[in-house]
Amino acid sequence: MIFKRKHLIGLEDVTPDEIEHILNTSSSFKTIFTRAVKKVPTLRGRTVVNLFFEASTRTRTSFELAAKRLSADVINFSVSTSSVVKGETLIDTAKTIEALECDMIVIRHSCSGVPLFLSKVLKSSIINAGDGMHEHPTQGLLDLFTIREKKGRIAGLKVVIVGDIAHSRVARSNIYGLTKMGANVVLVAPPTLIPKEIERLNIEVCNDLNKAIVDADVVYMLRIQLERQKRNLFPSLREYTILYGLDEEKLKLAKPDAIVMHPGPMNRGIEISPEVADSKQSVITEQVTNGIAVRMAVLYLLAGGSVDEIASYKRQSS
Amino acid sequence: MKLLLTKGRVVNPDTDTNEILDILIEDGIIKKIGENLVEKDAEIINVEGKIITPGLIDMHVHLREPGFEYKETIRTGTESALFGGITSLCCMPNTEPPIDNPAVVELVIQKSRKDGFVNVFPIASLTKGSKGEEISDIGMLVKSGAIALSDDGAPVMNAEVMRRAMEYTKQFDIPIITHCEDKNMTIDGVMNEGFNSTLLGLRGMPDVAESIMVFRNIALANYTGAKVHIAHVSCKSSVEIIRWAKSKGMKVTAETAPHYFTLTDDMVRSYDTNFKMNPPLRTKEDVEAVKEGLSDGTIDCIASDHAPHGRIDKEVEFNYAAFGIIGLETLLPLTITELVNKDILKIEEAIKKVTVNPAKILKLNKGSLKVGSDADILVLDLNKEYTIDINKFHSKSKNSPFNGMKVKGVPYIVIVGGIIKMREGNIIS
Repeated sequence: MIFKRKHLIGLEDVTPDEIEHILNTSSSFKTIFTRAVKKVPTLRGRTVVNLFFEASTRTRTSFELAAKRLSADVINFSVSTSSVVKGETLIDTAKTIEALECDMIVIRHSCSGVPLFLSKVLKSSIINAGDGMHEHPTQGLLDLFTIREKKGRIAGLKVVIVGDIAHSRVARSNIYGLTKMGANVVLVAPPTLIPKEIERLNIEVCNDLNKAIVDADVVYMLRIQLERQKRNLFPSLREYTILYGLDEEKLKLAKPDAIVMHPGPMNRGIEISPEVADSKQSVITEQVTNGIAVRMAVLYLLAGGSVDEIASYKRQSS
Repeated sequence: MKLLLTKGRVVNPDTDTNEILDILIEDGIIKKIGENLVEKDAEIINVEGKIITPGLIDMHVHLREPGFEYKETIRTGTESALFGGITSLCCMPNTEPPIDNPAVVELVIQKSRKDGFVNVFPIASLTKGSKGEEISDIGMLVKSGAIALSDDGAPVMNAEVMRRAMEYTKQFDIPIITHCEDKNMTIDGVMNEGFNSTLLGLRGMPDVAESIMVFRNIALANYTGAKVHIAHVSCKSSVEIIRWAKSKGMKVTAETAPHYFTLTDDMVRSYDTNFKMNPPLRTKEDVEAVKEGLSDGTIDCIASDHAPHGRIDKEVEFNYAAFGIIGLETLLPLTITELVNKDILKIEEAIKKVTVNPAKILKLNKGSLKVGSDADILVLDLNKEYTIDINKFHSKSKNSPFNGMKVKGVPYIVIVGGIIKMREGNIIS
């Protein structure tokens, strides 16, 4: 297929065919990882800027490594101030970055909507690396990739997503991606952490993890943040862990071959017990590795690359 | 100086007039209204095919002066009003300093007389600094010319403070205009809470945060006997509570703004900050309820809630953008296009909500065309179709979500105090 997209803002408007194509491209790139030289020249001469307005080590590192393995030049630009603090406005910062003649901007911001906004005012390709509570499309894609790799398919699987759905961009991107690829998604959280009318997204909502987890193929745990407790969204971490934390006992209710996922960083002993996190069913570290392949594919495809081209690199190297 | 408007259709809801009549104006006052008037040495303007109504009254405007002159000034704001067919406006007290003491009331009045194109009536803070803690020097504010009290934008959260403010204000017989919002329920909220806020990952402000305060304020007004006016009604539950209160004979009046009968929160999907206002745009169901409320008389007035902001306030992250849109120049065309031309209101009902109704609530000698009335007059072309263009606005700010919208209804002549101030898009000095 021809991939014509210039920006990746979210999975909401990406078609199942495009997702399939990104996942296939990611598979091709992943084969490079086992080689001694883990680098291809596909984006040589291109410049990728990681523009991070919110602290992030893992996502930034993953994008940086992905760009470097494609031979692009990478600049990391972290902005700790926001426009409410006195200083440069978002537009000015972004235009300054673009004036450095970059081709692609990977952006992370605590405010929903910033990547879409910048895609309208800048000429570069914009890749959303997480915006507020909106979307985190590359996380969604790497999760789809991991599920497909482990389960051989996505369609028809029962995927249970547990935790702070209301504030989670990871949950939103996963809901779009999983439902588009035909999975049955069940969201589990206390009613206070389920956002209004989310059932309209073709998913099921359940407040009882013990019920929802039965026969699950994938159990996806989200990070819970303590500050939510101060807003009375749940009474205490202790109660949260008892009701919504994943331990071995609850995991037994899922299918025996169910996989456990988490976007990281984990709160061990809160939303996930150490035993589950380190169990054979956990694919949490593989998600991290797959993240690089998926981000390579996204950078590559948005830059206009084709799958045939990767095949030719593979031939040259073999 | 005499001026004779001939052959226009006079729509004056106050007297149930809707017929072709001539109007003679002399010394700023309406002298005669009748058929085939003849007057020597009067300037005669034939306005055949046009509608003559009282000049509009916009009871909810932010003029920003003093303090935020980069957004709007009394001069630019009243010029904008003039081009919207508005001859009288009430300005909200959230300036810097706020209109919470007689000196600022007098400043606004004097500056308006000097700089203003239309009549300006200041609304003063209900509580000192609009902090919702201690009631303002209400008696002094009224004496210096405040025509209503409001903590618009900063709702009084403490029911006891509101109760005492109402009780105390009763003696002056002026309305308290309430912005209804339970602030505890809207912390960090930037749009309506619902399906769209879920999709966009933006913090929501539920409609119930508005309607529970509508109920509280009506209940307090009923208990104290004060005159309460509900500002910018945006949702179905508020309309239903006001309707219920009126059916029980409780004293309450209410207004809405054109965006609440025109736009829904679907528009926020673009993250365009010109769709960010407080109260926020609601759902289609709410828009329908607001229209019903207008149609059955539950909502008495239409006001713009003109809230100018500069580019530095709006060209930022959605979360950080200022709330509010400008509306002086779109109030009339949106009312005509969305309500009159869509058979929600008859023309006389629509005009009533922007003339005699606000005049009665505020006790202004305005909003009617009678012999002896102030000659504040709008001659309106109902049929002219045009496209709203923010670059043609006279407001200093451009933050309107209606740019590019096709509308009908444009002021043809605007007369303030017997003097033609605007004619066919030109200022007449």
